[in-house]
Amino acid sequence: MPTTRRQFLSLAGGVTVAGTIPIVTLRPLEATPAMLTTAIRNVVGEAPIRTGRVKLDIPPLVENGNTVPMTVSVASPMTAADYVKSIHVFNEKNPQPNIGNFYLNPASGRAQVSTRIRLADTQKVVAIARLSDDTFWQVMADIVVTLAACTEEMN
Amino acid sequence: MPALINVPAKAKRGDIIEIRTLTSHIMETGFRHTADGRLVPRDIITSFTCRYNGTEIFRADLFPAIAANPYLSFFTVAKESGKFEFEWMGDNGYCSTASASITVE
Repeated sequence: MPTTRRQFLSLAGGVTVAGTIPIVTLRPLEATPAMLTTAIRNVVGEAPIRTGRVKLDIPPLVENGNTVPMTVSVASPMTAADYVKSIHVFNEKNPQPNIGNFYLNPASGRAQVSTRIRLADTQKVVAIARLSDDTFWQVMADIVVTLAACTEEMN
Repeated sequence: MPALINVPAKAKRGDIIEIRTLTSHIMETGFRHTADGRLVPRDIITSFTCRYNGTEIFRADLFPAIAANPYLSFFTVAKESGKFEFEWMGDNGYCSTASASITVE
């Protein structure tokens, strides 16, 4: 029986799919939202996370994910009785969900931290602040990335 | 020049001052491959500490998602004249330090 074009293509397609799936399953390169949730729970524990008080300044559209300026600030009087203990920043789709942990104290005066980060894909960035009364507050931002970072080939 | 530090030379007592630091480091993520498929090993700064006259005022844990040549800006209250000491630690025993002075009136 002569092989038709349709049979040949479906067979070739099947081989390709079978060949690529094991690679994908063996090496998930992007942090899944489950990894993001786990990373957040590692910091927060079982405590509830409320939305608000935290501000995340980050461009909504970035051309180069290799260096994205980011500023996190928290509305806090920064007194000995009421201050921000730490700020934690996470991402959704980089190979690893953590970006940075920043530890402050009443002597900080202002709860604000700036740095430059890498983003491997268009994704969400989450900033969580831990206050001195051990409540957690968060903010989320969506960022569109046109040139990805982290996993590109070396030249 | 391994690090650039920006601290105001003078401040009034009680002023909130901004401290900016920039250090030179590749921050290799450990997720990149060479053209022939070999994984490039991770080489990053993992922690940064700032001390003001010996007291820790700011600390950060860094991850591969921090861009190369890590830049950090943070704040503190100017309490007394003295010295800020900065320390970066990382993979493969990396350690780098810097310092800056301030006069508080």
